[in-house]
Amino acid sequence: MSGEAQSPAEYIQHHLVNWCVGDCDPVTHQAAGFWAFHVDTLLFGWLLAGLMAWAAFALGRQLTTGTPGTLQNVIESVVEFVQTQVRDIFPGSNPLIGPLAITIFVWVFLMNAMDLVPVDLLPLLARFVGIEYLKVVPTTDLGTTFALALSVFALIIYYNIKIKGPVGYLKQFLFHPFGKYLVPVNIVMTTIEEVAKPVSLALRLFGNMFAGELIFMLIALLSFAWWMLPAQVALGSLWAIFHILIITLQAFIFMLLTIVYLGMAHTSDEEH
Amino acid sequence: MNITATLIGQILTFAVLVWFIQRYLWEPLTTALADRQKKIADGLAAAERGEHEQELARKRAAEKIAEAKQQAAEIVSQAQKRASEIVEEAKENARAEGERLLAAANAEIEQEANRAKEQLRSQVVTLAVAGAERVLKKEVDAKAHEKLLADLVAQI
Repeated sequence: MSGEAQSPAEYIQHHLVNWCVGDCDPVTHQAAGFWAFHVDTLLFGWLLAGLMAWAAFALGRQLTTGTPGTLQNVIESVVEFVQTQVRDIFPGSNPLIGPLAITIFVWVFLMNAMDLVPVDLLPLLARFVGIEYLKVVPTTDLGTTFALALSVFALIIYYNIKIKGPVGYLKQFLFHPFGKYLVPVNIVMTTIEEVAKPVSLALRLFGNMFAGELIFMLIALLSFAWWMLPAQVALGSLWAIFHILIITLQAFIFMLLTIVYLGMAHTSDEEH
Repeated sequence: MNITATLIGQILTFAVLVWFIQRYLWEPLTTALADRQKKIADGLAAAERGEHEQELARKRAAEKIAEAKQQAAEIVSQAQKRASEIVEEAKENARAEGERLLAAANAEIEQEANRAKEQLRSQVVTLAVAGAERVLKKEVDAKAHEKLLADLVAQI
């Protein structure tokens, strides 16, 4: 727990505030408008993206078709896993889908994995260098999850128009799912269906990660007395182990749904 | 917990990351994987071909060995035949030579015997003539009695 005496509510409140720069509320430190930047989210996002890029670059230089080294082996198995998913789900071929899917999978996984760093460790270190608020898991920020989801959404719309043509895409709104006699209903239904894609993508990831983070905090709160230490350690370990499953699963689901949605955008088939 | 401009930053990060991953990881790695797959497939095919060829070579070698064995057996049997022929021939020659020598010896013996007979005859004639001279106390004219003597020689 942080320095001064805090009530559990204060402790959790404190941990839910981002490191805000820009249009922020000076009292609550929450973002007051759109033009506020969550520096912690961006920072850890970049750090992890940089890590990925470095690994990719380091591998790219020593790539071999012969017996692969350890790094290549690890990355190859991830690439092959993603490739299999794309091949199984995605109709036709699009050279962007594979890199997109693996980027989502690995980046989201890495950002989720920040959850496994002890909740108080990095904020405590940040406090020493004068940073009051720090949230280390970028995927517990709606900014990140919606950034991914809206990027995917933009690609969905782009490929819908590219493959089906503007008219074909419009027809989908007019005549789905109930045929040509219920056009107004169709428009509403299809719009909801389309909008639900990015929203569900973003909120699912955010909700899972946020809840996971919250439970880590609640477990951390158990340290109100020394004799609770075993319980805290036991619960913390248990939840962390379980959380490994959750972070992987959420990253996988995000990737899978991206492939599925883009696959749907690529099928000009009228029945779906 | 509202959505802020962080969104824009993360979108840009995401876009750059996707580009980077595609450029430096996905494309080279999938190419390498495909290459390796092809290499392995080629290797397996080559191995299979090699095995097949080895099988063929083994068969050919077995055929060659069988042929060689047969030829060797033929040569040996021919040689044996030839050897017995030579032995047979030699025996024949020896027998013929022996017979020839025998015949020559016989002929010589006969010749010698005839010559001895001839000598004996002429000596007998001389003796007979000398005896008759002595009996008659008179010289026998060998010329006058040549015919008579020749008849005598022929009778002996």
